[in-house]
Formats: sequence, C-alpha cells, structure tokens
Amino acid sequence: MSSNKVVLEVEDLGINFGGLRAVDNLNMTIHENELYGLIGPNGAGKTTVFNILTGVYPPTDGTIKLEGQVINGKTPHEIAQLGIARTFQNIRLFKDMTVKENVLVSLGVHADYDVVTGMFKLPKFHAQEVAMEDEAMRLLDVFELRDDCDKLARNLPYGEQRELEIVRALGARPKLLLLDEPAAGMNPQETENLMRTIDVVRKQFGISILLIEHDMKLVMGICEKITVLNYGAMLACGTPEEIQNNPQVISAYLGE
Amino acid sequence: MKKVSFKQQLLIELGITLGLFLLLQVLMNLGVITTYWKGIFITICINVILTVSLNITSGFLGELALGHAGFMAAGAYIAAVFSKSIALIPSVEFPLALLIGGLFAMLLGYLVSIPTLRLRGDYLAIITLAFGEIVRNVLLNIKFTGGAGGYSSIPKYTTFPWTFFLAAACVLLSRSLINSRQGRAIISIREDEIAAESSGIDTNKYKKLAFVYSAFFAGIAGALYAHYMGFLQPAYFNLDKSIEILVMCVLGGMGNITGSIISASILTILPEALRQIADYRMLVYSVVLIVMMLVKYAPQFQGLLAKFKHQKEEEA
Repeated sequence: MSSNKVVLEVEDLGINFGGLRAVDNLNMTIHENELYGLIGPNGAGKTTVFNILTGVYPPTDGTIKLEGQVINGKTPHEIAQLGIARTFQNIRLFKDMTVKENVLVSLGVHADYDVVTGMFKLPKFHAQEVAMEDEAMRLLDVFELRDDCDKLARNLPYGEQRELEIVRALGARPKLLLLDEPAAGMNPQETENLMRTIDVVRKQFGISILLIEHDMKLVMGICEKITVLNYGAMLACGTPEEIQNNPQVISAYLGE
Repeated sequence: MKKVSFKQQLLIELGITLGLFLLLQVLMNLGVITTYWKGIFITICINVILTVSLNITSGFLGELALGHAGFMAAGAYIAAVFSKSIALIPSVEFPLALLIGGLFAMLLGYLVSIPTLRLRGDYLAIITLAFGEIVRNVLLNIKFTGGAGGYSSIPKYTTFPWTFFLAAACVLLSRSLINSRQGRAIISIREDEIAAESSGIDTNKYKKLAFVYSAFFAGIAGALYAHYMGFLQPAYFNLDKSIEILVMCVLGGMGNITGSIISASILTILPEALRQIADYRMLVYSVVLIVMMLVKYAPQFQGLLAKFKHQKEEEA
C-alpha cells in the first residue's frame, strides 16, 4: 500500500532533561501514506518524541528530516506549516470558539490575505473566506461533525472533542499527522469506529500517520509498522507480527 | 439558515452607523441635545474607541494590559505638538495630527510588545503598568510640553462628526478584524497557546499585531481628546485612567465588542448623571458598578434571570 517515498526520517534522535536521558538513539523512517505505530509502557517517552518532532523541545542530538529537509531547531508553528500536524493526549481545543472556527484557525494559516484586506473586507477576503468555510465543512463531514459546526467546542461530548482535534489538525494540511492516544477514554466500540475513520482519513487525504496508542490489540490491527519504546530507547521495530513475537517486547509489557 | 452575505452585512453596518449619526446630528441641530450633552457624547465616543481597542488585547488576545492610558497619552501629546507647531488649514492638519498620534502610539505598542512576548498573565500586567507610568513620568519631565503644569492652547479641532465616525470606524474595523483569519488566530492564542502554535499560528506575530492595533486606536483616542480639551496634563493619564478603561472593558464583557460600546456609554454617562448628589457621586458610582457586575456574572442572578424569563414565557 505504501509507496517508497520517505516522508519523515529520524536519525539517532536523543534528548536530555538535565541528567535524564528521556529519548535515546531513536531511528524511524515513515513512508508516504503509511500508518505507523509508536507504542511502549507508561513513561517510555512516546509523547516526548512527539514534542521533539513538533519542535516543542529541541533535540539534544540527532536529525529530523521532513521530506529531506532538516527541521531541527525550527519553531512549532514553522514545523506545522511545513507539514506536521498533531493532536494532544489531553485534549487542547479552542474551547470558547465554535467547532467551525476551530478548523478555520488552522485553515487560515494557508490563506494569504493580509490584515488590511481582512479589516476592510476587500474582495480577496470574501473569496478566501468562502473557500475556507467550504473546506472546513468538508473536513467536518469526515467525522460527521457538520451539524455541530456552530456549537462551542466545549459543549461537544468527549469523543467528538477528540475527533474535532483531528479535524483541526487536518485543516493544517499536513503531510504527516501525529495522533497522541486518539482513543484514550473511549469505549471499545467508539475506539473501533475511530480507528476505521483514521484509516479512511489516511487513504482519502493521502497522508502518513504516526500513532501513539496504549491498546496493543488496536495498534496491531491497523498499523503497518510499529516501533516500541522502553525507557526512551528503541526496543524493537517491525511489522505487527514481528513485534508480537519479539520476546523483549513481551517482557517489557508483561514483566519477566 | 440566516445566512447574510458579506456585502449585505457591510451595507447593514454602514446603514446603522449613518442612521445613528444623522439622528444625533439632527437632534443636536434642533437643540434637543444641549451643548453639555454634546460634550458627553464626544467623551462617550472617545471612551468607546479606548474600550474597544483595549478589548482586542485584553478580551480577544486574553492579556491583561494596564497601560492603555500610556498609549493614549503618547498619541495625545504627539498630536498636540504637531498641530501647535505646524500651521496648515485645519481640515488637513487635524487628520494628519490624528494619524501621527495613532502611528506614534502604534510604534510604542510595537516596542512594548517585544519584551511582553515571553510573559503572560500577572507579569505582563506589571510590565504594561510600568509602561504607562513611564510615559506619564517622561511627560512630567519634558519642559517643552509644560511638564506637570500642562500643555495648553491646543487648537480645538475635535467635533462630534469626527469623533463619531472614528469611533464607528474603530468598532467596525475591530469587528472585521476579529472575524478574519488574523482575528481567529488572536483568539486561538487566548484559548490555548500551545495548540495555536502547533496549528501553524505564529503566536508572536499575532500578539504583536494585537498590541499594535490596540495602541493605534488608543493613540487616535488620545489625539481626539487633546483637540477636544485644548489642554493636556500628564496627571490625567495615570493608572486610574487605565483602570477606568479596563473596567469598561470588563463590564461590557471580555471579547464582546457590542458590550464594550454599551458599558463605555453607561459608565461615561453615570458620573455625569449623578452630579446632583455631588458628595456621594463616587460612592454611588462604585455601588452601581458592583451591582452591574453581580447582575451580569453572578450565577445566582443568572439563575433568577432565567427563572423570570421562563415564567414570562409560560404566561404568554
């Protein structure tokens, strides 16, 4: 399914927080349209990896390349504009904005009318706003959120808030989408629906997805490739079958 | 769907503005509105500009700014110096003075925004407070503009139409700013700065934009004030003035432009209307403030209000 074009290349990535080596010597290659899983026990450094990839923490060593371009040391918004969008483990929506406005924030980054055009409502403003609104609605359709578009984000049920966060990330038109435990707090049925939608999103938008997830079964079901982290170090990397049968992974998860 | 096209909306807004202006102007010409009240209307318009512009930083960007009087003072003095030292026909000189006042305040707004980018909340409030005090103290010590004694005989160019249309422009422009992509970016920073960054929003850029925008209009308000009073004194632009604007802003609702207009109007009229009971004026003013806040925000009152509405609906 995946082509051979590399979207993200992580080489020997490491980060120190004082004396603590939170991530050590991580290597990862994500191809175009690939669904990639990042798993590991609590405190293994998964979210730290996300924070490094999105520029929140600058890595201590190693390089990150997005489509061949080194993105180390760039600020989070620059990285987002280059094509890495993310969701958060603890939902971070713009709660007092409407559902539609949440998506328009990230879509607006790609519009190019300037402040004066917006303030005086010049024709270019109209054209781009209408186009943005259409696109926002199309994106909301993916998660069947269209009918809620004028609700405040804080009034959505928990599961839909998680979905809206994904829609907002899609609005940034990413090449690579990072999902941090998108199914946290969902029941098995909701989780399964979400995973199916994530797969649809990947195919429909032709993007790569890097997924952090706790639920082993789930990751095994949909991911094409998986990296397992433990104490910040890469424990194993391979297809779901390889991971399932790896004795080190089993001992990390279940204890010896 | 109550979908109104952009053009229709613009026409409605302009229509309302013009209608309101004509109404007030006709009433003034007929003498229904006395010169005394005309002065109050001008003050209201100046306060509307100040409140709406402060609302951009405090309400929409979500940063508590306590130095708005500083921007106002800067705009007022620069504009006054300009129109006193240059002799042009008033219809050219006044707009230029206003523009210069606004642009100078804008420049200061930009300078203040740089150190404030790394600060949030209380720390930012202190910095802006200090800025306001710096401006006032600098003005106190400049001999050229009269220092503490005040700067007098500034040409009185400010008329009702000027203030009214500038206030309207400030309101309409602020509203379109908030509904544009830049405005949404500003609001998203208030909501969640980290999420805004990772959605691709250059948060520093938009913080600067909000500061510069609100400083610009504060400067214009200052310039209007200078040419309305004809006399400026640094003491007027003290912390109390900043707080007064902030109170108008908070009372109208953070992030609510219509509310800003209403509360700026009420809080300007209130002290004037209470002049008959001069001794207790400020006391009553404070009590009214507290009651208004309670009615607007306390959950108990909200509950009562909702009950009342409900009963009415059942009766109907």
